[in-house]
Amino acid sequence: MSDSFDQISQQLKSRHRKSSRLKYFSMGALALAAAFLLVFFADMLIKGLPAFQQAMINVEINYTEDAAKSGRAAVDRDFSSVISRSVVRTIPLEMRNDPSLLGTTQQRWVLASGEVDQYLKGNRVRLDDEEKEIIDHLVESGKVEMQFNAGFFSRGDSKMPELAGIMSAVVGTVMTMIVTLAIAFPIGVMTAIYLEEFAPDNRLTQLIEININNLAAIPSILFGLLGLAIFINFFGVPRSTPLVGGMTLALMTLPVIIISTRTALRSVPESIRHAAFGVGCSRWQVVKDHVLPLAMPGIMTGSIIGLAQAMGETAPLIIVGMVAFIPDVTASFTDAATVMPAQVFTWSGEPDRAFVEKTAGGILVLLAVLISLNASAVLLRKKFERRW
Amino acid sequence: MQTNQLFLIFCSVLLLLGLAAFFVGRSKATRVRAAGTAMYAQPDQYAWFAVVATAGPAILVSALGAFVMLLLGTEIPTFSLLLVSLVVAVVGFALGMTMIRSNFHARRAIERVIRWVLAGAATISILTTLGILISIVGEALNFFQMHSFWDFITGTTWAPGNSFLMAAGRGDGASGGAEFGSIPLFAGTFMITAIAMAVAVPVGLLSAIYMGEYAPDRIRSIAKPMLEVLAGIPTVVYGFFAAITVAPFIVQVTDAIGLDASFNNALAPGIVMGIMIIPFISSLSDDVINAVPDSMRQGSLALGMTKGETIRDVVVPAALPGIISASLLGMSRALGETMIVVMAAGMRPNLTVNPLEEMTTVTVRIVAAMTGDLEFESAETLSAFALGLVLFVVTLSLNLVSVIMIRRFREKYRVNNL
Repeated sequence: MSDSFDQISQQLKSRHRKSSRLKYFSMGALALAAAFLLVFFADMLIKGLPAFQQAMINVEINYTEDAAKSGRAAVDRDFSSVISRSVVRTIPLEMRNDPSLLGTTQQRWVLASGEVDQYLKGNRVRLDDEEKEIIDHLVESGKVEMQFNAGFFSRGDSKMPELAGIMSAVVGTVMTMIVTLAIAFPIGVMTAIYLEEFAPDNRLTQLIEININNLAAIPSILFGLLGLAIFINFFGVPRSTPLVGGMTLALMTLPVIIISTRTALRSVPESIRHAAFGVGCSRWQVVKDHVLPLAMPGIMTGSIIGLAQAMGETAPLIIVGMVAFIPDVTASFTDAATVMPAQVFTWSGEPDRAFVEKTAGGILVLLAVLISLNASAVLLRKKFERRW
Repeated sequence: MQTNQLFLIFCSVLLLLGLAAFFVGRSKATRVRAAGTAMYAQPDQYAWFAVVATAGPAILVSALGAFVMLLLGTEIPTFSLLLVSLVVAVVGFALGMTMIRSNFHARRAIERVIRWVLAGAATISILTTLGILISIVGEALNFFQMHSFWDFITGTTWAPGNSFLMAAGRGDGASGGAEFGSIPLFAGTFMITAIAMAVAVPVGLLSAIYMGEYAPDRIRSIAKPMLEVLAGIPTVVYGFFAAITVAPFIVQVTDAIGLDASFNNALAPGIVMGIMIIPFISSLSDDVINAVPDSMRQGSLALGMTKGETIRDVVVPAALPGIISASLLGMSRALGETMIVVMAAGMRPNLTVNPLEEMTTVTVRIVAAMTGDLEFESAETLSAFALGLVLFVVTLSLNLVSVIMIRRFREKYRVNNL
C-alpha cells in the first residue's frame, strides 16, 4: 500500500515537472519571437543609420576658362578624385547660367564621392593607399566632415550612391496611396454597408462573402498579374504609373476595408437602428445618420491598417512595372513612378556596397512611416472605442 | 479638341446641370408644399431625386458607351458619345422636374437607387476574382497551346532560355530548345514553405498557448502588439534582412561545421518567412484557444490533471480545427510569398532536398518572367501566367479547407467572433 503511494507521488512530481516544462517552452517561444524582433531592428538600425550621414569636403572652386569646358579643371587635382563626380559635372552648367562667376573662386562644402564616404564610415573600399592618405590628411586638416545627409530626403534616385535619395519614391508612394484610397475606401465601405445592412440572406450574398474572405488570402503577386492583364493590356492604363499601381493595390486593400467596416457596423447595437426606424427613418437614413457615424472610428482604423499594408506591398507593383529608375519627382498620375518598397528593392539589387546602407536607410524611413500609421490606428481605436 | 478637355467640359456641364436640378427641384417642392399640399417626402429628398434623375442615366450611358468601345472595338467618336449623354441628362432633368408631385414617393425612389449602387459596389469584389481568373486562365491557355500541359506538370527541367528565339521566329522545331517542366520550381517552393512552417507552427502555437493560458495581463498587452509589429513589416524588408544578414550568417555557421552552403540557400528565406508567418498563426490560434469553453478546463482540472496535461490533452485537441486552419492560412501565405524569395533565394531551378543549396520558387520565376524585356506573347512571359494559375488553385483550395475547418469549430462551440 505505501509502496504504491510513493509511486504515485513520484509520478505526480514528474507530471508537475512536465507541466511546468510546457510553460517554459511556450514562454521561450514568445521570447524567441521577441528576440528576433530585437535582432531585426538592431540590425536595420546599425546598417541604416549611417545613411543619414554623408561625408562632405570643403574645396576651393576656381571658375576659370578651362572649368567652363571641363569641370575637373575647377578643383585642385588632389580633390578631383575624392569629390563626387556630380559636383564636377555641374560646374560648366553653373557657369553657363551665371556668366559673372568667371574668374571668381569659391570655398564651399561639396559631396564627397561614395567611396570616400564609405571609407570614412569604416567600410571596405576600392581606394588605393595614396588616395587614402589624401583623405586622412584632409580629415586632419578639417576639410572633410561627416554632415547630416539632407540630400537623402530631398533627392530622387541616382546611380551614384552619394546622390541617391528617397524623395521621388516618397512622392510616388503618396500618389499611389491617393489612388488606392480613392478607389478602395468608397467601394469597400459601400460593399460592407450593403452586406451588413441591405443584402437579403441569399445565395448571391453568401457567394460575395466567401469571395471576399478568399480575396483577402490570395497571394499578392496574382493581383499584379491581374493588373497587367486587365488594367494595362486590356484597358490600356499606362504602365509603371501611380494610376495603375494604385488601382492594383486598391483591389488588394478592398477586402481589408470591407472586413473591418463590417466588424465596425456589426458592433453598433441593434437598439440604435430600432430607435431610428421607430421615428420613421428609411433604411438609408438609418445607416447614413446613425449607424455610419457611430461606426466611423472602426472604419477609419481598418482603412489605415489596410493603407499601411498596401504601402509596404512590392510584388504586384513589380509586375505592373513600378520598379523603375526614377531620378526626378513624378509630376502626374500618368507618369512613371516608383514607391518606397520598390525603391528599397531596386537599391538592394545594386552591386555597389554603398547602396546597402542606402537600402537600410530607406527601410528605416519606410518602417517609421508604417509604424506611425499603425500606431495612429491603435490610438484612434483606443480614443473612440465605445463599449455598448 | 483633346479627349481630356472634352471630358472635363462634359463633367463640368453635368455638375452644373446637377446643381441646377438640386436647387430648382427644391424650390419647386417647397412651393408645392407651401401651397398647402401634403407631400410624401421632404423638399431636400425631391431635390436629390432630381439630381439622381439628371446625372444617373447620363453617367450610365457614357460608361456603357466607353465599355462597348473597349469590348467590341467599335469606334464611337468621344464627342458624339458625350453629347448623347448630355442630351440624356437634359431629358432626365425634365423628367425629374415633372416627377416632383405631392403623390410621388421621392424617398423610396432614392432608396431604391442607393440600394442598387451599393449592390453594384459589392459585385466589384466578385469582378476582381473573375478578373484574376480570366486574366490568368486566358494567358495560361495561350501558354499551353505552345507547350504541352503534361510536360509542364511532369517535366523536371525549367529552361525558358531559348524561348525568345521562338518568339523571334528563329526557333527550330516545336519545342525550340525551351523547356518548361515545373517540378523543380514546385519542389523549391515546397521546400522553402516546409522550412517556414517548421519555424512558424511551433513558435506561433506555443506563443498562442503562453498568451492564452499562462501570461499575466501585463505581458499579454505587450506581446500582442509586438506580434502585430512582426506582421506589419513589409516583405521587401524581410527579404533584405534574409539576403544581407541571415544568409551570410548561415554560410558562416555551416562553414564552421564543415558544410558547404550557397549564399542563396533555401534555409535563409525559409526561416525568415517562418518568422513572418508567426503572427498569422499565433493570433488566430490565440483566438481559438480563448474560445475553447472554460468548462472543459475546469472538468479536466477537477479530474486531477495538471495544467500542462489539461492544455496538451484537452485544450489543444479541442482547438485543433482552428489551429490547423491557421496553419493552412499561414501555408498559403508562404506559398504565395514573393519578395523574400526573390531577394534571398536563388534564380536557378534546382531539384534537390538539401536546403543549403540554391533553389528557386514559383513566385521567383513569375517575377523573373515579368521583369525581363521580353515580348508579352513570348512563351516565357506566358509561363508566368501558367505558374500563377497553379498558385491560384493551390492557395484557393488551402483557403477553402481552412474556412471549412474554422466553420466546423465555430459550430461545435457556438462562438460567433471567429
